Amino acid sequence: MSRTLIFKDIDEPGLATIDVYRRRGGYGDVLRKALQTPHEALVNDLKASGLRGRGGAGFSMGTKASFLPQGKMDKFLVCNADESEPGTFKDREILQKNPHLLIEGMIIAAYAIGANKAFIYIRGEYTQQADVLEAAVAEARSAGVLGSLDLWVHRGAGAYICGEETALLDSLEGKRGNPRLKPPFPANQGLYQGPTLINNVETLATIPIILTLGAEEYAKIGVQGSTGTKLVSVSGNVQRPGNYEIELGVSSREIIYGLAGGPADGREVKLWFPGGSSSPVLTKDDLDLAYDFDTLAKAGSMLGSGAIIVVDDSNSVVDVCLWLAEFYRHESCGKCTPCREGTNWTVKMLERIQQGVATPMDLDIMASVQEQIIGNCLCVLGDAMAMPVGSMVKKFREEFEDHLERARLANPLAGDQPPVVDPVLIQGAVA
Amino acid sequence: MTDVKRFSNGSRVPGWDEAVDLEKDPATVPDAATTEVPAQLRAHIEELVVRYPDKRSASIPAMAAAQEVHGWMSPTAFEQVAAVLQVTPAFLVSVASFYDMLDTQPYGSRRVYVCTNISCSLRGGRELLGRLQESLADAEDVQVRPFECLGACDIAPMASVDGVYVGPIEDAEVGTLAEQIRAGADPLPDKQLVKRACADPNAASTS
Repeated sequence: MSRTLIFKDIDEPGLATIDVYRRRGGYGDVLRKALQTPHEALVNDLKASGLRGRGGAGFSMGTKASFLPQGKMDKFLVCNADESEPGTFKDREILQKNPHLLIEGMIIAAYAIGANKAFIYIRGEYTQQADVLEAAVAEARSAGVLGSLDLWVHRGAGAYICGEETALLDSLEGKRGNPRLKPPFPANQGLYQGPTLINNVETLATIPIILTLGAEEYAKIGVQGSTGTKLVSVSGNVQRPGNYEIELGVSSREIIYGLAGGPADGREVKLWFPGGSSSPVLTKDDLDLAYDFDTLAKAGSMLGSGAIIVVDDSNSVVDVCLWLAEFYRHESCGKCTPCREGTNWTVKMLERIQQGVATPMDLDIMASVQEQIIGNCLCVLGDAMAMPVGSMVKKFREEFEDHLERARLANPLAGDQPPVVDPVLIQGAVA
Repeated sequence: MTDVKRFSNGSRVPGWDEAVDLEKDPATVPDAATTEVPAQLRAHIEELVVRYPDKRSASIPAMAAAQEVHGWMSPTAFEQVAAVLQVTPAFLVSVASFYDMLDTQPYGSRRVYVCTNISCSLRGGRELLGRLQESLADAEDVQVRPFECLGACDIAPMASVDGVYVGPIEDAEVGTLAEQIRAGADPLPDKQLVKRACADPNAASTS
């Protein structure tokens, strides 16, 4: 069930100040001991804890840190606080209520990789949280806990794509936030061409907790392959939307119904996104899946950022699909053609369905557009639309066809005849 | 069928009939000595620059600071930031046009962002946007616009009023909120995100 490590006393007044944080044991023995441990031993500890990145990709944090080259060059640590994945608001809670936990995690991470400069890239919309964070960093600096670490808060200016690590680096360098070609990975060539470790807020904030408990103890929490606790943001059609800290591996039903209260009385779950709007949707039949990285991946979806969006049966899947596609169309940076054009055409086709000028064949075309986006771009923004849209068309095809037919009959221009479809488009869909 | 938006020249893209002016000087870096920059803005930007190994990194926070002063990224604002950072205004325009929070047109210096992403739309975010836009249509200095997921789905439907997150906004509160925005007052003080406990098991259902 729910076990609180990160959220322990999260609502305690004044936790965002260094005095209260210290009183609760922060910046204490754990930090002192960590800064005397050899670098490799620390990285090995992180590996042994089994901590997987909390931002979305779920890559082993310790392994990522071990990719950074040794040596005397300028290395950077960047905290990704550009939390923009729709449905995700967990990092906001840490930034606003317990910023010193993040800062302590960053001091340790920077020491482990040998970085002396660190940035927290926070999304521009989080002005209130950025103010709290900046005050906390200033407090830590004047209290001397930062040591030789040069840590700054950098505010973004509103772009979903800047949550993608390489786009974030470009944005931090003061450019348009376009993703870069990988490899080289940021661990080798990141910020200002220097080796860079980028981690999510929650990942970095977990480091002091791991060291307090001990890596082996921490690894016992959760399940094999998905250790520890996870902050889960539950939103949409539930009675108690909010952030919950869970032990990885609990059943999804327990989170959606037990913690968040489930949909309003008389309604039931129609579909849910297990890891932000970018994850392929699951249905009410999947509610008993264990909520951990591997189980969700096996079920054809992903844990992503841990944002559960619940859609109940009062909503049309076509509406949800269109809202989703509109967002990705707006946020596509435009660098890669499959994403730029694919998101645009998906929106147009969904609008045709809504207007009653589509045919069932358009659903096949739409599905094929999604297939052609996946894996063909520099970053996964296009995939992030293609996967949920593709999964919705696949799992709710009947409803799409129903909707399409009803909209067509309701459209006075459509008449009794099915609309004429460009034969070129039909050929393209056969592949 | 949907109407395709066209420019006055009939084209769907701007600049169709404007050839490059070959006589014009190439973009230059404004002279730091002769460009007038408000002292406070200059000091703020100079303070930002030293944080980064490369001064260009300061371009986004510097423009945000200039936008505070000018209300939007006007040509003058670009000129001033460019003069302090010693980059071309064109570089800054290319960056500013990428980011949603930097306005290259004077839409209004008071910014109300209404989230219309999935979680908010499921709880009436789009209706909220429509009603706020309607109520504030005549408030010239206020822009009300749909925005990407603002990361506050727990208080859906919500809005960010000059950076202050408020929600969940009930239908009956839209009028009050609009009046508060118009008057520049603290928006719905009881409904502000910062006052909310983390996950409130007793929170009432709003759907």
